[in-house]
Amino acid sequence: MQSNDFIGDLWRLLTLADYNTRIVLFGAAILGFGAGIMGCFMMLRRRAMISDVVSHAALPGIVAAFIIMAGWPSGGKFLPLLLLGALISGLLGMGCVHVIKTYSHIKEDAALGIVLSVFFGLGVALLGIVQQMHVGSAAGLETFIYGKTASMLAADAWLMAGAAAVVVLICALFFKEFRLLCFDPEFAKSQGWPVHGLDILLTALVVLVTVIGLQAVGLILMIALLIIPPAAARFWTDRLVVMVMVSALIGAMGAVMGASVSALYPKLPAGAMIVIACSIIFAFSFMLGPRRGLIHGMVSQAALSNRIARQHLMRAIYECMEASSPERLEPYGKPALVSLHQLTASRGWSDRKVKELLHAAARDGEVEIEGWPMLRFTPEGLKHARTIVRNHRLWEWYMITHADVAPSHVDRNADEIEHVLGAAMVAELENSYAISSQSGGFPDSPHRLDIPMAETTTDKS
Amino acid sequence: MKTDAEESAHLYHEHSERHPVAIHDMTVSYNRKPVLWDVDLDIPEGRLVGIIGPNGAGKSTLMKAILDLIPRTSGDVMIYGKPHREQCRRVAYVPQRESVDWDFPVDALDVVTMGRYTAIGWCRPVTRKHREVALEALRRVGMEPFAHRQINQLSGGQQQRVFLARALAQQADIYFMDEPFAGVDAATERVIMELLRDLREQGKTVLAVHHDLQTVPEYFDWLIMLNMRVVAAGPTRQVFTRDNLHKTYGGRLTVLDEAAQAVAMTPR
Repeated sequence: MQSNDFIGDLWRLLTLADYNTRIVLFGAAILGFGAGIMGCFMMLRRRAMISDVVSHAALPGIVAAFIIMAGWPSGGKFLPLLLLGALISGLLGMGCVHVIKTYSHIKEDAALGIVLSVFFGLGVALLGIVQQMHVGSAAGLETFIYGKTASMLAADAWLMAGAAAVVVLICALFFKEFRLLCFDPEFAKSQGWPVHGLDILLTALVVLVTVIGLQAVGLILMIALLIIPPAAARFWTDRLVVMVMVSALIGAMGAVMGASVSALYPKLPAGAMIVIACSIIFAFSFMLGPRRGLIHGMVSQAALSNRIARQHLMRAIYECMEASSPERLEPYGKPALVSLHQLTASRGWSDRKVKELLHAAARDGEVEIEGWPMLRFTPEGLKHARTIVRNHRLWEWYMITHADVAPSHVDRNADEIEHVLGAAMVAELENSYAISSQSGGFPDSPHRLDIPMAETTTDKS
Repeated sequence: MKTDAEESAHLYHEHSERHPVAIHDMTVSYNRKPVLWDVDLDIPEGRLVGIIGPNGAGKSTLMKAILDLIPRTSGDVMIYGKPHREQCRRVAYVPQRESVDWDFPVDALDVVTMGRYTAIGWCRPVTRKHREVALEALRRVGMEPFAHRQINQLSGGQQQRVFLARALAQQADIYFMDEPFAGVDAATERVIMELLRDLREQGKTVLAVHHDLQTVPEYFDWLIMLNMRVVAAGPTRQVFTRDNLHKTYGGRLTVLDEAAQAVAMTPR
């Protein structure tokens, strides 16, 4: 019986059958959308915590507005006035942060912590007093702490839509200015942009979204709706425009999902459900994001280790050949045989590891196994090995002769040294090789050359 | 009737119009503690001006105070005879590379285009014309192939070149550069130097905070030697002396010996 009720509820929710559900989901989506946009700029400006101060500092204002309204003949709660109270005390909280930061040596994070907790404490105390007074229906005020989308009225949803429209419009108009402000405020200032004014505009928009969202998400968790969507969006793109749009969509999706769950299970507060929904999207993005995601990182790390291991193997075989039969290193005719034991001895690798690597190389047609433990390069394999060895030795040479170049500035994993150093540099390196090794063309390993270090490192031209 | 003070101020401003930067009696302090005292400087046009001095000497502060990025405790600064706020478009600024978050979601071209924002104006989108200017600036620093590369995928030297290209895109007359050679590779250093010489040839003025005393005589033809006050300022050949270096750097002998070598090697 009960499960039937549940399915019926779910069906009505999914089909948006109820007018009320439509209102709630529309309001939540539009709120998440606006918060997702603003969150991007605030996160990039590193001011995201401002929203937390505003939302917490709003509580005493809400309760105070309620007390004032309770004295009126009509009584009851009038949302715009409650939000006005929230706005005033929220701004007051921000002002306090500014004063503490400017006129004392306390740093911003500590100032945020002080103001946020003191105002919230004050609000909770006021709330207790109101409940003692038994005026009006003070019970509804708690929705501002934990958030309740179900109580959303059509007027509230339109208020949210209005706020979101303002946010979208201003962010579209000032997109270029906001991007500059967030990326390099000093440069912006040197160009005569009113950095302070732009910051105020940005902050005003965040305050707007925060205050409007208080009732639905609750003041404790409002910050999450501003931080999690942009943080998740960052995994999917490297372009600010796209990030803002993705973040807005994630915010809207998270808010709708959270509000839906809360609608099905009225005991579950909407704010918490919205945050959990957003975090699931975040976790998903964190795992699967292209280029920045965890799985991509692990896969490319593994691919890189495989590639490096293969290069080591190729070099080891080549060097074994170099030691035993240097006359057969030219890529004509059949390359000489090398034994597995030679390889393991030269590298200190385990038999098992070498075998694994050899099988992989054999699958790629670079090595032929002529009955264990003997093996030889295929002609292609030898060619490939020559390139690897040459690049490797040129790199080592580069590091020796240009030791003053920070290693972080060169990508040593590049397949083609020319792609990184430029043809002229490579020619120069090959030249200096040829001179010091007197072997012409192909470079010897610098480990075996007896190069006087002092001479090469002082040569800085 | 003009008072003497007014008269001299008037004369001063007349005179300062010919100077890209004229600093008059400037003092700058952080938290009531002065970090730059009584700076008086007239920087001539069309020079590569080096700003040198030990750590904490106020080199970056001097630059930021000229650009109105930090408040001055006293004194005034004129850019071609007018305050900075009226001359923003004639001034380009290359901040220290570490001053921004290189993980920011923009590509190299986006950053360079920021140099055009003032020319584009409020609330207008970036047009193709401005993007062309930005691309040309990237070309001049040899970074055109990296135009659409995410900025955190660039090496330190490449990031510095992008910053430089952004300044070029501003098409300014005076270029302020805070340690443009810090942490860049040899190739980038050459590119930057060629570029600075190009700018000088076009009659532009460049001020750069610099650390490597050995390259000072080669790179800069005018020098500001700073240690909380101006120890010496003038053509490098006249002011880059052992004596002035001693006054600027105090007892840091290892530095001095290197510098003395550099002085000795300077072609006269």
